[in-house]
Amino acid sequence: MKMVSTVSPLTEGTLSIFGRLPERDGREIRQRMGVVPQEDNLDQELTVKENLVIYARYFGLSWSDAKARADELLEFAKLTDRADAKVDPLSGGMKRRLTIARSLVNDPELVLLDEPTTGLDPQARHLLWERLYRLKEQGVTLLLTTHYMDEAEQLSDRLLVMDEGKIVAVGSPTELIAQHVTKEVLELRFTDGTPDALHTLAHRTEQLPDRVLVYVGDGDAALAHMYNEGISPTGSLIRRSTLEDVFLALTGRSLNE
Amino acid sequence: MTAHVRSAPVIPSGRASLWHFLEHQFSRYRTTWRPTIVSGLVSPVLFLLTIGFGLGSQIEDTSTLGTNDYAAYVGPGVLAAVAMLQGGSLGLWPTLGALKWEGTYEAVLSTPLTAPELATGHILWIGFRIVVGSTLYVIVLTLFGLVESPLAVLAPLVAGLVAMSFTAPVSAFSASRESDEGFSLISRLIFTPLFLFSGAFFPVSQLPVAVSWISRVTPVWHGVELCRHLINGEMQPLDDLAHIAVIVLWIVAGWLAARRTFSNRLSA
Repeated sequence: MKMVSTVSPLTEGTLSIFGRLPERDGREIRQRMGVVPQEDNLDQELTVKENLVIYARYFGLSWSDAKARADELLEFAKLTDRADAKVDPLSGGMKRRLTIARSLVNDPELVLLDEPTTGLDPQARHLLWERLYRLKEQGVTLLLTTHYMDEAEQLSDRLLVMDEGKIVAVGSPTELIAQHVTKEVLELRFTDGTPDALHTLAHRTEQLPDRVLVYVGDGDAALAHMYNEGISPTGSLIRRSTLEDVFLALTGRSLNE
Repeated sequence: MTAHVRSAPVIPSGRASLWHFLEHQFSRYRTTWRPTIVSGLVSPVLFLLTIGFGLGSQIEDTSTLGTNDYAAYVGPGVLAAVAMLQGGSLGLWPTLGALKWEGTYEAVLSTPLTAPELATGHILWIGFRIVVGSTLYVIVLTLFGLVESPLAVLAPLVAGLVAMSFTAPVSAFSASRESDEGFSLISRLIFTPLFLFSGAFFPVSQLPVAVSWISRVTPVWHGVELCRHLINGEMQPLDDLAHIAVIVLWIVAGWLAARRTFSNRLSA
């Protein structure tokens, strides 16, 4: 992310943003880009609105344009009534929205978001997603990193799964699900251990400490078939496959630390 | 959020970015001015009262110092010596804080501003703050009747340069550090001795030769002499040019170093 934001030099390879090279045209690239870092780095000595106005000045906006832009973005970030407040007492969600608003002062074509909703409560996350979706609708390109697969599913058109610095899959959320897992997942629980017969019934199963995941195209049909074969789980749940299943299928369940 | 009809971006030049940075610092000044004013005004006034007038009351003959009384010797000298202390300490904790703990410098690098421009702005801004505090102190000196020459209006600028000559190399050093370990040692073992050997309280010719050379190659003594000449109205053109040259040399060297270490830290 730091290389794309033209702050760090490239370690290897080539990088071109808007068709420009970071080492030569960093100034111009930054002028056209917004950055939302992982940690909010708002200016604690300034008010909410000043954080936007002062930042806008760095991109060459006149004072009056900067103030007008700040007002627009306060509205967008639902912070209008906090305009004159200090930054520190704001909630985590508000600070995040202010940081995102700040990244938009220069009306960027591309916004980099580094784990935008980490640490936020569900309401705050959903509000942020809705705002980010609106930006996308307006034609702004969002480049975001996240550990939350539901976030990736909500916001991305094109997804790139990375494991230990290597790309392991690329595609839209639906493509990735179609390619790497089945349409549905059957979650089964057994009190006396998993019957061996199960593994012959499905082409892919995964044993977890407390349950078995059975990857199938049609969950209802598969479950009915199992009962016919005399397999009766104590608990069963049929659900749609998610990106989380894709991610785990691709990168494994062991802790990557 | 209006429709995205974009015109070609007008990219601020390096000079414009530097100006935007100073503007930003000035906006923060509303909440940050107090500490600078306190150390910039209160601390030299205390030295003036306790050492200049207090200790001075016990000194009868000041003819070797070239002033009528001891306060007229200490008062102007303390201006530069305190500027050095302030510039030095602003280069330690507040610098590492802005670079590392608070993230404020990292944030502005997502704008067209570059790290070397930021380093330049950082040093200039500290210089400016010292000029403000020093101006107030020179007004106090005037009220005590210790200002002999209109050239005294230039003394706060010299104090600002002295502060920059310390803050530039010290900031360059701080930017290369991961923690503030050793900062208080630098303050006690470098700043305090230099302050005492600055010639603000007694002529450096009284120091052992080796120590007096430390005073001659570091910028603070040069600032002390300059401020004294400006305020007491006894300019010594050749010496004074040499004094300015030494101070400027330190600023330039520290500035070049800071541009480099700021870039290294912020690109990591």
